[in-house]
Amino acid sequence: MPDVTDGPLLDEAAGRLVRPYTVSDGRTRATSHFTLMTMVRATGAPAQGTFGLEHAQVLELCEQPVSVAEVAARMRVPAAVVKVLLSDLAEGGALVSRDLDPAPPGRHVLPDPHLLEAVLDGLLRRL
Amino acid sequence: MAFSDDCDPDGPGRAPGDVLPVGVKVLVAGGFGVGKTTFVNAVSEIEPLSTEEMLTAVSAATDRLDGVEDKATTTVAMDFGRLTLGPAHVLYLFGTPGQERFWFMWEELSQGALGAVVLADTRRLDHSFAAVDFFERRGIRFVVAVNEFDGAHRYGPDEVRAALDLRPEVPVVLCDARVQNSGIRVLLSLVQYLITTRSPDGSDAEHPLLRA
Ligand SMILES: Nc1nc2c(ncn2[C@@H]2O[C@H](COP(=O)(O)OP(=O)(O)O)[C@@H](O)[C@H]2O)c(=O)[nH]1
Ligand SMILES: [Mg+2]
Repeated sequence: MPDVTDGPLLDEAAGRLVRPYTVSDGRTRATSHFTLMTMVRATGAPAQGTFGLEHAQVLELCEQPVSVAEVAARMRVPAAVVKVLLSDLAEGGALVSRDLDPAPPGRHVLPDPHLLEAVLDGLLRRL
Repeated sequence: MAFSDDCDPDGPGRAPGDVLPVGVKVLVAGGFGVGKTTFVNAVSEIEPLSTEEMLTAVSAATDRLDGVEDKATTTVAMDFGRLTLGPAHVLYLFGTPGQERFWFMWEELSQGALGAVVLADTRRLDHSFAAVDFFERRGIRFVVAVNEFDGAHRYGPDEVRAALDLRPEVPVVLCDARVQNSGIRVLLSLVQYLITTRSPDGSDAEHPLLRA
Protein backbone atom coordinates (compact mmCIF):
# COMPACT_ATOMS: atom_id res chain seq x y z
CA MET A 1 0.00 0.00 0.00
CA PRO A 2 1.52 3.35 -0.99
CA ASP A 3 2.15 5.98 1.61
CA VAL A 4 -0.44 8.68 1.14
CA THR A 5 0.25 10.73 4.23
CA ASP A 6 1.77 13.53 2.14
CA GLY A 7 -1.37 14.01 0.11
CA PRO A 8 -2.65 12.67 -3.18
CA LEU A 9 -0.35 10.57 -5.32
CA LEU A 10 -0.64 10.26 -9.04
CA ASP A 11 -0.63 7.00 -10.94
CA GLU A 12 -0.58 8.46 -14.47
CA ALA A 13 -3.79 7.27 -16.06
CA ALA A 14 -5.12 5.33 -13.13
CA GLY A 15 -6.21 8.37 -11.23
CA ARG A 16 -5.46 9.80 -7.87
CA LEU A 17 -4.73 7.79 -4.81
CA VAL A 18 -6.79 9.49 -2.17
CA ARG A 19 -7.93 9.19 1.37
CA PRO A 20 -11.53 10.21 0.98
CA TYR A 21 -12.65 8.96 4.34
CA THR A 22 -11.61 12.05 6.23
CA VAL A 23 -14.71 13.86 5.06
CA SER A 24 -17.06 11.10 6.08
CA ASP A 25 -15.36 10.10 9.32
CA GLY A 26 -14.24 6.84 7.82
CA ARG A 27 -17.79 5.59 7.39
CA THR A 28 -18.92 3.53 4.47
CA ARG A 29 -22.17 2.19 5.89
CA ALA A 30 -25.81 2.40 4.95
CA THR A 31 -25.37 4.05 1.61
CA SER A 32 -26.08 1.22 -0.78
CA HIS A 33 -29.48 2.62 -1.70
CA PHE A 34 -27.88 5.62 -3.37
CA THR A 35 -26.55 5.08 -6.87
CA LEU A 36 -24.88 7.61 -9.18
CA MET A 37 -28.28 8.06 -10.80
CA THR A 38 -30.34 8.59 -7.66
CA MET A 39 -31.99 12.01 -7.87
CA VAL A 40 -31.96 14.08 -4.70
CA ARG A 41 -33.38 17.39 -3.55
CA ALA A 42 -33.34 19.36 -0.35
CA THR A 43 -36.70 19.43 1.43
CA GLY A 44 -36.11 22.85 2.89
CA ALA A 45 -36.67 21.45 6.37
CA PRO A 46 -33.88 22.00 8.85
CA ALA A 47 -31.80 18.85 9.23
CA GLN A 48 -32.20 16.93 12.47
CA GLY A 49 -28.81 15.86 13.69
CA THR A 50 -25.24 16.97 13.89
CA PHE A 51 -23.92 18.14 10.60
CA GLY A 52 -20.65 19.55 9.37
CA LEU A 53 -19.64 21.98 6.70
CA GLU A 54 -19.70 19.26 4.05
CA HIS A 55 -23.33 18.50 4.81
CA ALA A 56 -24.22 22.15 4.38
CA GLN A 57 -22.35 22.28 1.08
CA VAL A 58 -24.15 19.19 -0.18
CA LEU A 59 -27.51 20.60 0.82
CA GLU A 60 -26.78 23.82 -1.05
CA LEU A 61 -26.10 21.81 -4.22
CA CYS A 62 -29.45 20.06 -3.85
CA GLU A 63 -31.81 23.02 -4.00
CA GLN A 64 -32.95 21.78 -7.41
CA PRO A 65 -33.17 18.09 -8.30
CA VAL A 66 -29.72 16.70 -9.06
CA SER A 67 -28.17 13.27 -9.36
CA VAL A 68 -25.75 11.84 -6.83
CA ALA A 69 -23.14 11.91 -9.62
CA GLU A 70 -23.58 15.67 -9.98
CA VAL A 71 -23.30 16.34 -6.28
CA ALA A 72 -20.13 14.24 -6.11
CA ALA A 73 -18.62 16.00 -9.11
CA ARG A 74 -19.39 19.47 -7.76
CA MET A 75 -18.10 18.56 -4.31
CA ARG A 76 -15.02 17.06 -5.96
CA VAL A 77 -15.14 13.99 -3.79
CA PRO A 78 -15.73 10.37 -4.74
CA ALA A 79 -19.36 9.33 -5.00
CA ALA A 80 -18.94 6.87 -2.13
CA VAL A 81 -18.20 9.78 0.18
CA VAL A 82 -21.08 11.91 -1.02
CA LYS A 83 -23.44 8.97 -0.51
CA VAL A 84 -22.57 8.96 3.19
CA LEU A 85 -23.33 12.67 3.49
CA LEU A 86 -26.57 12.36 1.52
CA SER A 87 -27.63 9.44 3.62
CA ASP A 88 -27.10 11.48 6.80
CA LEU A 89 -29.18 14.31 5.38
CA ALA A 90 -31.96 11.97 4.25
CA GLU A 91 -32.10 10.40 7.68
CA GLY A 92 -32.30 13.87 9.19
CA GLY A 93 -35.28 14.74 6.97
CA ALA A 94 -33.41 17.43 5.03
CA LEU A 95 -33.33 15.56 1.75
CA VAL A 96 -35.58 13.41 -0.44
CA SER A 97 -34.41 10.99 -3.08
CA ARG A 98 -35.83 9.07 -5.99
CA ASP A 99 -34.60 6.14 -8.04
CA LEU A 100 -35.71 4.39 -11.12
CA ASP A 101 -37.14 1.06 -9.99
CA PRO A 102 -34.06 -1.00 -9.32
CA ALA A 103 -33.27 -3.61 -11.95
CA PRO A 104 -32.97 -7.12 -10.58
CA PRO A 105 -29.35 -8.14 -10.27
CA GLY A 106 -27.82 -10.29 -12.95
CA ARG A 107 -28.54 -10.10 -16.62
CA HIS A 108 -29.44 -6.76 -18.14
CA VAL A 109 -33.17 -6.17 -18.31
CA LEU A 110 -34.88 -4.14 -20.99
CA PRO A 111 -36.20 -0.80 -19.80
CA ASP A 112 -39.90 -0.23 -19.27
CA PRO A 113 -41.72 0.75 -22.51
CA HIS A 114 -43.45 3.75 -20.93
CA LEU A 115 -40.12 5.04 -19.76
CA LEU A 116 -38.67 4.61 -23.24
CA GLU A 117 -41.57 6.51 -24.83
CA ALA A 118 -41.08 9.36 -22.35
CA VAL A 119 -37.36 9.48 -23.11
CA LEU A 120 -38.09 9.47 -26.85
CA ASP A 121 -40.52 12.39 -26.49
CA GLY A 122 -38.06 14.25 -24.32
CA LEU A 123 -35.24 13.82 -26.83
CA LEU A 124 -37.45 15.00 -29.70
CA ARG A 125 -38.23 18.15 -27.74
CA ARG A 126 -34.53 18.83 -27.29
CA LEU A 127 -33.73 18.69 -31.02
CA MET B 1 -26.00 25.91 -12.18
CA ALA B 2 -29.75 26.36 -12.46
CA PHE B 3 -31.91 23.41 -13.21
CA SER B 4 -33.13 23.71 -16.76
CA ASP B 5 -36.85 24.01 -17.10
CA ASP B 6 -36.89 24.59 -20.83
CA CYS B 7 -39.12 21.60 -21.29
CA ASP B 8 -41.33 22.14 -18.35
CA PRO B 9 -44.62 23.75 -19.31
CA ASP B 10 -45.78 23.54 -15.72
CA GLY B 11 -43.29 26.07 -14.58
CA PRO B 12 -40.00 26.51 -12.92
CA GLY B 13 -37.89 23.53 -12.12
CA ARG B 14 -40.12 21.37 -10.05
CA ALA B 15 -42.17 18.52 -11.35
CA PRO B 16 -45.93 18.53 -10.89
CA GLY B 17 -46.83 17.50 -7.38
CA ASP B 18 -43.27 18.24 -6.42
CA VAL B 19 -42.23 14.72 -7.37
CA LEU B 20 -38.56 14.30 -8.16
CA PRO B 21 -37.66 13.45 -11.74
CA VAL B 22 -36.09 10.07 -12.38
CA GLY B 23 -32.56 9.90 -13.69
CA VAL B 24 -31.83 7.58 -16.59
CA LYS B 25 -28.46 6.89 -18.10
CA VAL B 26 -26.88 5.98 -21.38
CA LEU B 27 -23.26 4.92 -21.70
CA VAL B 28 -20.97 6.32 -24.38
CA ALA B 29 -18.22 3.86 -25.21
CA GLY B 30 -15.55 3.24 -27.81
CA GLY B 31 -11.79 3.25 -28.11
CA PHE B 32 -9.41 5.96 -26.95
CA GLY B 33 -9.69 9.18 -28.97
CA VAL B 34 -12.87 8.19 -30.75
CA GLY B 35 -14.76 11.22 -29.46
CA LYS B 36 -16.54 10.03 -26.29
CA THR B 37 -15.76 13.13 -24.25
CA THR B 38 -16.58 15.36 -27.21
CA PHE B 39 -19.93 13.63 -27.66
CA VAL B 40 -20.90 13.86 -23.99
CA ASN B 41 -19.94 17.53 -23.81
CA ALA B 42 -21.76 18.44 -27.01
CA VAL B 43 -25.02 16.86 -25.90
CA SER B 44 -24.84 18.05 -22.31
CA GLU B 45 -26.69 21.15 -21.11
CA ILE B 46 -24.25 21.57 -18.22
CA GLU B 47 -20.51 22.06 -18.22
CA PRO B 48 -18.64 18.76 -18.36
CA LEU B 49 -18.46 17.09 -15.00
CA SER B 50 -16.43 14.21 -13.77
CA THR B 51 -17.03 11.93 -10.86
CA GLU B 52 -14.36 9.93 -9.15
CA GLU B 53 -15.30 6.40 -8.41
CA MET B 54 -13.35 4.36 -5.96
CA LEU B 55 -12.07 0.90 -6.63
CA THR B 56 -14.77 -1.67 -6.06
CA ALA B 57 -12.58 -3.57 -3.64
CA VAL B 58 -12.76 -0.73 -1.18
CA SER B 59 -16.21 0.70 -1.82
CA ALA B 60 -17.60 -2.80 -1.31
CA ALA B 61 -16.38 -2.71 2.27
CA THR B 62 -19.79 -1.81 3.63
CA ASP B 63 -20.83 -2.05 7.24
CA ARG B 64 -17.39 -1.01 8.35
CA LEU B 65 -17.44 1.88 10.72
CA ASP B 66 -13.75 1.81 11.27
CA GLY B 67 -10.57 0.36 9.93
CA VAL B 68 -10.82 1.79 6.44
CA GLU B 69 -9.31 5.17 7.25
CA ASP B 70 -5.80 4.02 6.65
CA LYS B 71 -6.37 2.46 3.30
CA ALA B 72 -5.54 4.36 0.15
CA THR B 73 -7.98 3.87 -2.70
CA THR B 74 -7.51 4.36 -6.38
CA THR B 75 -10.13 6.40 -8.13
CA VAL B 76 -11.10 6.54 -11.78
CA ALA B 77 -12.62 9.67 -13.24
CA MET B 78 -15.71 9.35 -15.40
CA ASP B 79 -16.98 12.15 -17.62
CA PHE B 80 -20.66 12.77 -17.65
CA GLY B 81 -23.22 15.24 -18.89
CA ARG B 82 -26.91 15.96 -18.43
CA LEU B 83 -29.86 16.55 -20.71
CA THR B 84 -33.19 17.44 -19.10
CA LEU B 85 -35.98 15.69 -20.98
CA GLY B 86 -38.89 17.26 -19.13
CA PRO B 87 -40.24 17.63 -15.60
CA ALA B 88 -40.15 13.90 -14.95
CA HIS B 89 -37.00 12.65 -16.67
CA VAL B 90 -33.36 13.63 -16.74
CA LEU B 91 -30.89 11.85 -19.00
CA TYR B 92 -27.29 11.40 -17.96
CA LEU B 93 -24.61 10.40 -20.44
CA PHE B 94 -21.55 8.65 -19.07
CA GLY B 95 -18.36 8.37 -21.06
CA THR B 96 -16.82 5.03 -20.17
CA PRO B 97 -13.14 4.92 -19.28
CA GLY B 98 -11.25 3.93 -22.41
CA GLN B 99 -8.44 1.75 -21.16
CA GLU B 100 -9.29 -1.87 -20.77
CA ARG B 101 -7.89 -2.11 -17.29
CA PHE B 102 -10.72 0.12 -16.11
CA TRP B 103 -13.46 -2.02 -17.50
CA PHE B 104 -14.42 -3.31 -14.12
CA MET B 105 -15.94 0.16 -13.83
CA TRP B 106 -18.25 -0.57 -16.72
CA GLU B 107 -19.90 -3.41 -14.89
CA GLU B 108 -21.19 -1.11 -12.21
CA LEU B 109 -21.89 1.71 -14.64
CA SER B 110 -23.93 -0.48 -16.96
CA GLN B 111 -26.29 -1.50 -14.14
CA GLY B 112 -29.60 0.14 -14.89
CA ALA B 113 -28.43 1.82 -18.10
CA LEU B 114 -31.04 2.14 -20.84
CA GLY B 115 -28.43 1.21 -23.41
CA ALA B 116 -25.22 2.41 -24.96
CA VAL B 117 -23.71 4.34 -27.85
CA VAL B 118 -20.56 2.78 -29.27
CA LEU B 119 -18.61 5.45 -31.09
CA ALA B 120 -16.46 4.32 -33.98
CA ASP B 121 -13.72 6.03 -35.96
CA THR B 122 -13.44 4.57 -39.45
CA ARG B 123 -9.66 4.96 -39.37
CA ARG B 124 -9.48 2.63 -36.39
CA LEU B 125 -12.60 0.52 -36.37
CA ASP B 126 -10.82 -2.23 -34.47
CA HIS B 127 -10.66 0.11 -31.45
CA SER B 128 -14.40 -0.33 -31.03
CA PHE B 129 -14.41 -4.14 -31.05
CA ALA B 130 -13.97 -4.42 -27.31
CA ALA B 131 -16.94 -2.18 -26.54
CA VAL B 132 -19.19 -4.05 -28.97
CA ASP B 133 -18.15 -7.33 -27.39
CA PHE B 134 -18.72 -6.02 -23.86
CA PHE B 135 -22.32 -4.96 -24.52
CA GLU B 136 -23.19 -8.01 -26.61
CA ARG B 137 -22.10 -10.36 -23.87
CA ARG B 138 -24.30 -8.65 -21.33
CA GLY B 139 -27.37 -8.22 -23.49
CA ILE B 140 -27.09 -4.43 -23.30
CA ARG B 141 -28.53 -2.83 -26.42
CA PHE B 142 -26.36 -0.38 -28.28
CA VAL B 143 -26.16 1.59 -31.49
CA VAL B 144 -22.91 2.18 -33.35
CA ALA B 145 -22.34 5.83 -34.19
CA VAL B 146 -19.63 6.52 -36.72
CA ASN B 147 -17.93 9.76 -35.74
CA GLU B 148 -17.00 11.35 -39.06
CA PHE B 149 -13.62 12.97 -38.57
CA ASP B 150 -12.47 15.40 -41.25
CA GLY B 151 -10.32 13.72 -43.84
CA ALA B 152 -11.19 10.21 -42.71
CA HIS B 153 -12.27 7.81 -45.39
CA ARG B 154 -16.04 7.65 -45.44
CA TYR B 155 -17.34 4.15 -45.09
CA GLY B 156 -20.96 3.30 -45.58
CA PRO B 157 -22.91 1.96 -42.63
CA ASP B 158 -22.90 -1.49 -44.24
CA GLU B 159 -19.12 -1.56 -44.43
CA VAL B 160 -18.93 -0.59 -40.76
CA ARG B 161 -21.48 -3.26 -39.89
CA ALA B 162 -19.45 -5.89 -41.70
CA ALA B 163 -16.14 -4.76 -40.22
CA LEU B 164 -17.52 -4.83 -36.68
CA ASP B 165 -19.42 -8.06 -37.33
CA LEU B 166 -22.64 -6.52 -36.01
CA ARG B 167 -25.94 -8.32 -35.80
CA PRO B 168 -28.33 -7.12 -38.52
CA GLU B 169 -30.70 -5.39 -36.10
CA VAL B 170 -28.01 -3.18 -34.50
CA PRO B 171 -28.42 0.36 -35.93
CA VAL B 172 -25.38 2.03 -37.47
CA VAL B 173 -25.65 5.79 -37.77
CA LEU B 174 -23.30 8.59 -38.78
CA CYS B 175 -22.65 11.50 -36.47
CA ASP B 176 -20.52 14.52 -35.72
CA ALA B 177 -19.63 14.20 -32.05
CA ARG B 178 -19.11 17.97 -31.81
CA VAL B 179 -22.72 18.84 -32.64
CA GLN B 180 -25.51 18.62 -30.07
CA ASN B 181 -28.32 17.80 -32.49
CA SER B 182 -26.22 15.12 -34.11
CA GLY B 183 -25.70 13.51 -30.72
CA ILE B 184 -29.38 13.78 -29.86
CA ARG B 185 -30.23 12.02 -33.14
CA VAL B 186 -27.89 9.19 -32.18
CA LEU B 187 -29.70 8.90 -28.85
CA LEU B 188 -33.04 8.92 -30.66
CA SER B 189 -31.91 6.02 -32.81
CA LEU B 190 -30.90 4.13 -29.68
CA VAL B 191 -34.23 4.69 -27.93
CA GLN B 192 -36.18 3.88 -31.09
CA TYR B 193 -34.22 0.65 -31.35
CA LEU B 194 -34.94 -0.19 -27.71
CA ILE B 195 -38.65 0.40 -28.30
CA THR B 196 -38.94 -1.59 -31.52
CA THR B 197 -36.92 -4.59 -30.42
CA ARG B 198 -38.94 -5.10 -27.30
CA SER B 199 -41.29 -7.99 -27.74
CA PRO B 200 -45.05 -7.24 -27.61
CA ASP B 201 -45.66 -9.05 -24.32
CA GLY B 202 -43.17 -6.81 -22.58
CA SER B 203 -40.66 -9.52 -21.82
CA ASP B 204 -37.25 -9.52 -23.35
CA ALA B 205 -37.03 -13.28 -23.63
CA GLU B 206 -37.48 -13.22 -27.38
CA HIS B 207 -34.65 -10.92 -28.11
CA PRO B 208 -32.05 -12.52 -30.39
CA LEU B 209 -29.29 -11.70 -27.94
CA LEU B 210 -30.91 -13.86 -25.33
CA ARG B 211 -31.46 -16.89 -27.51
CA ALA B 212 -29.01 -19.73 -27.12
N1 LIG C 1 -12.49 16.81 -36.59
C1 LIG C 1 -13.10 16.20 -35.59
N2 LIG C 1 -12.45 16.05 -34.43
C2 LIG C 1 -13.07 15.40 -33.42
C3 LIG C 1 -14.37 14.89 -33.55
N3 LIG C 1 -14.71 14.28 -32.39
C4 LIG C 1 -13.65 14.40 -31.57
N4 LIG C 1 -12.65 15.09 -32.17
C5 LIG C 1 -11.34 15.40 -31.60
O1 LIG C 1 -10.69 14.15 -31.38
C6 LIG C 1 -9.94 14.19 -30.18
C7 LIG C 1 -10.35 13.06 -29.25
O2 LIG C 1 -11.68 13.25 -28.83
P1 LIG C 1 -12.16 12.86 -27.34
O3 LIG C 1 -13.60 13.28 -27.27
O4 LIG C 1 -11.25 13.41 -26.31
O5 LIG C 1 -12.03 11.29 -27.38
P2 LIG C 1 -12.23 10.21 -26.22
O6 LIG C 1 -10.88 9.69 -25.87
O7 LIG C 1 -13.05 9.12 -26.86
O8 LIG C 1 -12.92 10.85 -25.07
C8 LIG C 1 -10.17 15.57 -29.57
O9 LIG C 1 -9.07 16.37 -29.91
C9 LIG C 1 -11.43 16.05 -30.25
O10 LIG C 1 -11.47 17.45 -30.36
C10 LIG C 1 -15.05 15.08 -34.82
O11 LIG C 1 -16.18 14.66 -35.02
N5 LIG C 1 -14.36 15.73 -35.79
MG1 LIG D 1 -12.30 11.06 -23.11
